Amino acid sequence: MAHGLRRNPAAPDTQPEHSTAPAVELVRLRGISKSYLRGKQRVEVLHHIDLDIPEGDFIALMGPSGSGKTTLLNLIAGLDSPTHGSVSIAGQRIDRLSSGALARWRAAHIGFVFQFYNLLPMLSAQKNVELPLLLTRLNAAQRRRHANIALQLVGLAGRASHRPGELSGGQQQRVAIARALVSDPMLLVCDEPTGDLDRHSAEEILRLLQRLNREYGKTLILVTHDPKAAEHARRTRHLDKGALVGQG
Amino acid sequence: MKYLPLLWAGLLRRKTRTLLTLLSVVAAFTLFVMLDAVRIAFNAPNSVAGINRLIVTSRFSIIQPLPFAYASRIQAITGVQNVAYAIWFGGVYQDRKNFFPNMAVSVQEYLAIHPELVLPATQQQAFRHTRTGAIVGRTLAERFGWKIGDKIPLEATIFPKKDGGNIWTFDLVGIFHADRPELQGIERQMLFHYDYVDEGRLQDQGTVGWYIVQVDDPADSDRVALAIDRLFANSAHETKTQSEKDFQRSFVKQIGNIGLIVSTIMGAVFFTLILLTGNTMMQAIRERIPELAVLKTIGFPNRIVLLLVLAEAIVIMLCGGLGGLMLAHALLPVMATATSGQLNLPLTLSTWLLGLALMILIGLLIGLPPALRTLRLNVVDALRG
Ligand SMILES: Nc1ncnc2c1ncn2[C@@H]1O[C@H](COP(=O)(O)OP(=O)(O)OP(=O)(O)O)[C@@H](O)[C@H]1O
Ligand SMILES: [Mg+2]
Repeated sequence: MAHGLRRNPAAPDTQPEHSTAPAVELVRLRGISKSYLRGKQRVEVLHHIDLDIPEGDFIALMGPSGSGKTTLLNLIAGLDSPTHGSVSIAGQRIDRLSSGALARWRAAHIGFVFQFYNLLPMLSAQKNVELPLLLTRLNAAQRRRHANIALQLVGLAGRASHRPGELSGGQQQRVAIARALVSDPMLLVCDEPTGDLDRHSAEEILRLLQRLNREYGKTLILVTHDPKAAEHARRTRHLDKGALVGQG
Repeated sequence: MKYLPLLWAGLLRRKTRTLLTLLSVVAAFTLFVMLDAVRIAFNAPNSVAGINRLIVTSRFSIIQPLPFAYASRIQAITGVQNVAYAIWFGGVYQDRKNFFPNMAVSVQEYLAIHPELVLPATQQQAFRHTRTGAIVGRTLAERFGWKIGDKIPLEATIFPKKDGGNIWTFDLVGIFHADRPELQGIERQMLFHYDYVDEGRLQDQGTVGWYIVQVDDPADSDRVALAIDRLFANSAHETKTQSEKDFQRSFVKQIGNIGLIVSTIMGAVFFTLILLTGNTMMQAIRERIPELAVLKTIGFPNRIVLLLVLAEAIVIMLCGGLGGLMLAHALLPVMATATSGQLNLPLTLSTWLLGLALMILIGLLIGLPPALRTLRLNVVDALRG
């Protein structure tokens, strides 16, 4: 499952945006809607959404608070199921998987980055990064090696033994990115990863994400409020009141 | 095993709280050992000894004496191998607080019938041939620092002497021990000659307190017991014959149902423990909901998250419980010495096993509610905060 990170030779830095969209579609949403019960009332928070994200893409999802960005991201990442419509990732219908199968699928294919880092406070950076690898067949030495590679990639090799409390916000978020990367997932989902950071740290994180896309060919979805952040992506889609606006 | 760091991370998150919880578990299990020891000490006296021994007492009360002449009549019943007799002397050494069992017995037969009482051959000889001779158990000798050759005065409480005196003096000629640890209780006894007491006492001469009957075949006990009671039915002194075990049990019952009292206290202790630790576990898991949600998001299966929470509860119980058992193990001998052998409670294998079972059971009991809660945990809502 985890075989280290490969550089993507097909994604050189110099290529202009929009011109590289490869043919293979990684994410394919068709007719997605999602409703919640609020008390006795059904509230539809996503309305008939179609969205395609090709492999190697870096897409920013923007929109006002409450427009359904997190909800949409959760559906793509297999954390939640749509009320209607289909979610296919790399050709697989994940909206039909049982919750156990979904958990296994997430472990194998998705890397998560959250606004508040969500590291385990009692574990060192190294152990936090190793967490997803506990679910693989790798032995302790292999897990350590993979975690070190991931920490190197985010520029924190020297902080492996630090606990989250001993790291700055930006550093914690980089540990979280290393954790999301370590099992070499095909899709990285980031929900407001810079929402809690100062301008400078945010810029560092965004450049890191950009590098993961350009140099390593990772497919990324970035949810953000911040137009400056969205500029780092290859393209941006806007959500408003549960619907995608504009064209892809 | 690879999940161990996660387990420690959970336990060490709030060190003080974990420590306090551990301490309450230690205290509860220390208490458990003490109480269980009391229960064992009272409930199963000499549990394995004397399966081929019957005790014959007066039908109406165990303090009512029986005629001495019954000995030969009982001996004549088929299936009876040997008959000994004894009286409860109830003598006091120096102070009433120094209580220990002391009995006048028919020495020859009594020693023959009680092989668990180990006495060197030369001391046995001396005991048989010294009218004023007495033997004491090892524990009792240590308690008062008695040595062979000592003269031991006992003040009579039941049997004044016919010469008007009240002090009986015995010559210590032997110190015995039990042939197996679970019978250590007998090492607190003092035994001396029936003949010496019977001839010297003012009243009740020619009577005995009870007979001890050894049967040829333990399987034949019921028939022999029935034959004895039938033999003396409708006489002036009817008898009641029961196994030694039943006799001791009915004797203990006079003190009250210790087993029930102890079980009630234990129940209260563990009830409190379960409430206390159960609440702490619930709180500990509630605080960690966001972390557990992250694990589930990353793809940790429900099963593993559930086991992590259960393991945490069981580890606390096992650490605290074993700590309590070891503390009790260290405390019991200290208590025995401090009370000069009066409170010499046993710590048996069965207590350890029962304790271990309780730890796992309570661990499951307090771990299950929060563990099940993680199953119902909705990751999407939990991440939303
Ligand atoms: N479990 C739920 N039950 C009821 N309503 C929900 C639930 N989850 C989300 N919603 C509603 O769905 C709508 C979209 O929520 P969502 O979190 O996707 O918005 P968002 O675009 O991520 O907002 P923000 O920028 O504030 O994070 C909101 O109106 C929210 O109140
Ligand atoms: Mg959101």
